[in-house]
Amino acid sequence: MRRAPVDAERQQLHSTTSLGLASARNRERVLEETCIPIQSDGDIVGARQNGRGLAVQLGFSPSDLTLIATAISELARNILLYAKRGKIILKLVEQGETRGIIVTAHDKGPGIPDISRALEAGFSTSRSLGLGLPGVRRLMDEFEIVSDVGLGTIVTVKKWAK
Amino acid sequence: MEVPILKQGPYLIASIQSALSDNDMVRLRDALVEQVGRFRSRGVIVDVTALDVMDSFATRTLRDLGRMIRLRGADTVIVGIQPEVAYTMVQLGLTLEDIATALDLEEGLALLERKTTAPGNETSSRGR
Repeated sequence: MRRAPVDAERQQLHSTTSLGLASARNRERVLEETCIPIQSDGDIVGARQNGRGLAVQLGFSPSDLTLIATAISELARNILLYAKRGKIILKLVEQGETRGIIVTAHDKGPGIPDISRALEAGFSTSRSLGLGLPGVRRLMDEFEIVSDVGLGTIVTVKKWAK
Repeated sequence: MEVPILKQGPYLIASIQSALSDNDMVRLRDALVEQVGRFRSRGVIVDVTALDVMDSFATRTLRDLGRMIRLRGADTVIVGIQPEVAYTMVQLGLTLEDIATALDLEEGLALLERKTTAPGNETSSRGR
């Protein structure tokens, strides 16, 4: 096993994504924010309907609304599968001329020991299709992940209204 | 959210009316697999027109449903996948694989008709 190189890689992913989030926060003005607790499978449906309801205000196309709702669904299910409970935070933001939706999935679960591997298509440690994180990444414009073993995982995805 | 299952001749038709949770989806699968035996049905149609999201779990559960029903000796057709849902499934790399699909209920019934009256001819073109 290439334990050491993988660990080094993870550290790097972790630090660059943290920096990326911090600088982005300064530029984005939050227009609206909702927090949805995720602890049962009914909450997955609630979260994605809530997200669609918010995103529709920004004039996203029907296809984009479906992409956003589906990404929220996958992120919320990951919380249930891996961490049992957590929350989804939905934010409508404005950055200069463009508006967008930011979806953040928080959990205090076991964390992901090997992020780069979790982002490979086809890899999954659970009984899902193994399309979880790489799939969500493909659906959205921006994707960031911070995970610490034993502490939890934060996945942030963004979609900008064209 | 209970999904109504209608018996129409040798077929069962399940029309999903609104968004379904994971548990609802699993209940629908199990109900159809059971009723195919109870009513000695030869085909099943699941109408997903009302679903605005088909994520990895929904897709996998529908695929399992089709395979379980095939093991019980009947055919399944999934009908009504919306354009945006189809687009998202393609982006995600999700597929129903060997489970038949049709545009709507009418097409689905016609497909079942052909499948169940001409065994061994399941992959033939939509001759019309």
